[in-house]
Amino acid sequence: MLLFIEQCLNGLQFGLLLFLLAAGLTLVFGIMDLVNLAHGSLYMLGAYFAATFAAWTDSFVIAALLALGATLLVGMALEVVALRRLYGRDHLDHVLGTFGLILFFNELVRIIWGPAGLSLPLPMWLIYPIEILPGLFYPTYRIAIILTALLVALFLYVLVMRTRLGMLIRAGASNREMTGALGVNINLLYTLVFGLGAALAGLAGLMQAPILTVQIGMGENILILAFVVIIIGGIGSIRGAFIAAVLVGLIDTIGRAFLPDVLRLVLSSRGASTVAPAMSSMMIYLLMAIVLVLRPEGLFPVSSK
Amino acid sequence: MADALLEIEGLTKRFGGVIASDSISLCVPKGELHAIIGPNGAGKTTLIGQLAGEIAADAGRIRFEGRDVTTLPTDRRSQLGLARSFQITSLFLDFTVLDNVALAVQAHAGHSFRFWRDARSQGELRTPARAALARVGLAGRADVIVSKLSHGEHRQLEIAMALATTPRMLLLDEPMAGMGPDESARMVKTLRELKRELTILLIEHDMEAVFALADRITVLVYGRIIASGTPEAIRANAEVRQAYLGEQEQRHG
Amino acid sequence: MIASLTPRNVVVAVLLLLLAAVPVYAAVTANAFLVTLFTRVIILGMAASSLNLILGYGGMVSFGHAVYLGIGGYAVGILAQEGVTSGFAQWPVALIVSALFALLVGALSLRTRGVYFIMITLAFAQLLYYFGVGLDRYGADDGLTIRRRSQFADLINLSDRTQFYYLCFALLLATIYLIWRLVNSRFGMVIQGARSNDRRMRAIGFPTFRYRLTAFVIAGAICGLAGALLANHTGFISPATMHWTRSGDLIVMVVLGGMASSFGPLIGAVALLSLEEALPILIRAMAFPVFGDAAVRMAEYWQIVLGPLFLLVVLFARGGIDGLLAGARRG
Repeated sequence: MLLFIEQCLNGLQFGLLLFLLAAGLTLVFGIMDLVNLAHGSLYMLGAYFAATFAAWTDSFVIAALLALGATLLVGMALEVVALRRLYGRDHLDHVLGTFGLILFFNELVRIIWGPAGLSLPLPMWLIYPIEILPGLFYPTYRIAIILTALLVALFLYVLVMRTRLGMLIRAGASNREMTGALGVNINLLYTLVFGLGAALAGLAGLMQAPILTVQIGMGENILILAFVVIIIGGIGSIRGAFIAAVLVGLIDTIGRAFLPDVLRLVLSSRGASTVAPAMSSMMIYLLMAIVLVLRPEGLFPVSSK
Repeated sequence: MADALLEIEGLTKRFGGVIASDSISLCVPKGELHAIIGPNGAGKTTLIGQLAGEIAADAGRIRFEGRDVTTLPTDRRSQLGLARSFQITSLFLDFTVLDNVALAVQAHAGHSFRFWRDARSQGELRTPARAALARVGLAGRADVIVSKLSHGEHRQLEIAMALATTPRMLLLDEPMAGMGPDESARMVKTLRELKRELTILLIEHDMEAVFALADRITVLVYGRIIASGTPEAIRANAEVRQAYLGEQEQRHG
Repeated sequence: MIASLTPRNVVVAVLLLLLAAVPVYAAVTANAFLVTLFTRVIILGMAASSLNLILGYGGMVSFGHAVYLGIGGYAVGILAQEGVTSGFAQWPVALIVSALFALLVGALSLRTRGVYFIMITLAFAQLLYYFGVGLDRYGADDGLTIRRRSQFADLINLSDRTQFYYLCFALLLATIYLIWRLVNSRFGMVIQGARSNDRRMRAIGFPTFRYRLTAFVIAGAICGLAGALLANHTGFISPATMHWTRSGDLIVMVVLGGMASSFGPLIGAVALLSLEEALPILIRAMAFPVFGDAAVRMAEYWQIVLGPLFLLVVLFARGGIDGLLAGARRG
């Protein structure tokens, strides 16, 4: 039972990380109608920046903040230099152009940091596990991830629903020409929104770095999951992204944790350990396929412009 | 109605809290040119959308040639002889004018699971297509890429495509939108000729054209029919004048 | 096909002649590697051509087309593993299973549009990729070695590099010809019309879904055959062939070469693979005067040029190489 709760918490934590990534993606897609495959590259950069700054400053928190800022700047620069030319074009153009950017960033990282990955060690105070329930010790760091992500989610909610900037964002999503006609600097708005998305991606990247990985190409695999999340949740909907991300995170983690045992009942031990991870990976895509067939607009569709 | 080609019964459509079509009932007998007029936002395009099969009605029935078509998809309705032109031109922009119309012909020339013969060399497609173009006066522009046509020519092409599907009834959604006086006059002439062999449901803002062509007129305001009858009756109807014609006269007066 | 001497036709003719001459040239210069390299180009050109049918002409952006390379490859590999090495059995299976999978994916995906369609095809590709990873009996993640090429009795010996090359070349030309006929037929008109304006197609009476699904299945089947060829060529098949980034490569070939043109995909395959070989050399040559020995290291990072190059093609040369040759910009 305790194991189950632990896995649920892991699932929640993974789901929240996915949410951070998906939120940026769905914001950019919902507002600028831009399909950005290079979003995963920003996630990767967040991790690499954090690892590097941590090595320089010896402080995890400072490194995290610096990495966040650096990713934000890279994101905005990318938007201004390259991506804004893609607005209004076919989605295929977006897919192709940003696919090229993935290749570019992967090579760039290889040139700067080399082909082997990096590691990001955690400070002592984040490693100690806390006893959250009698008999259940859970790593402090993962709790920190959960709390941070929830705070960011809250911040996003307040930003989008309660501030003037958020209103502009929502207005921009539903009617580009009107917002422009109202005298709002659309270019600046878009750059900021993209920067926000990049920062969210970078945050997700740097937060998972100590427990998962910092290596070239890490963005691609999780990018697809992020797309699955926003498809299930409904493109443009942050609330949808939140619910879908937590759902996907839970299903994926619990599936991975318990599927091998379930399979061992029918398959050989070696067979189960090969098939299980494959099957758990498949489950998410099955879920997306089902959602798309039944509700093509996603679970929480945003009314289109 | 006995020989009604198109019968609409209690057609209703809501978008959220807005009633776009409020229990519309209408009969169009064969051979009639029936015009639908009304101020902007009256729900005219929503009505055509439901008749063509793009929008699903919330309630009501649509009968074409006695057959209930309310739930049939758009392509099936076209196959039954109900053709439609678009208010905002919807054409195959990267193809030639002739290609566009030939496609319409092809849609009604059996199935298209033919994989080998070059479609552009098939006389059985090209000849009727040229005939349709000739009827609207576009014969000379057959080999021009559609994106290069003028707006008026686009509207003519819309009609040609609808004609090429050998329909029994035309649903025309503001065919004269955006046209200058010369082009409008030409379109009126074309429609007058078509009137002789086809039943037409015409949505239009151009009052001159409407009164010149229509056998009967229905007035739609906020999704509801407020009057329906001969052009003289409509012109004399006080409610109609107030709701719609009045503002027209003000503008022209 | 118009036989006029336009720049584009000249380039295509020269390209075809050069490709036909590769084995001869290789024999003369005793450079067997050339045949191997260009066999791969030809097979991928065939796969890209099949994608062009649905992507370039049909407007269906499938991000899961590499899946069929995998299905075809695994058809050959699995059957070979189980003792069935006859090409007469393997290749039809490759075609049929690919067609069936395309039917399934198409039936579910073609109701969606735009980015939803892209994502759902991607998802199905990943589904099959992970399925391949889980294929414990057939190598799982590590893949499956194919020790014996498909056997065709005494008709043709696929282990002979030259025979195999010309077989692939013949199949490529057959594919291009077939697609050309398809695209200009009544069926092709429906597909192209649906790409141009699907709403209008339905308004004039076409039930477009069934036609697009058919095109989707045809494209999948042809790519499955290419997959069987590829597996024979490399003697190996693994789930990596089906990864979504491989589908991305195919899309790049189609767009780079020129969408909605007969030879565009082949040109794209040649271009992409040429870039892979030529860019390192080019970089080394250009950087040497300035950076000296460091130029060798720099040449290793040639891929960094590839990415922005695609972006530039997308932004400024949308019609691809074929479009540039034809002079017109395809929107």
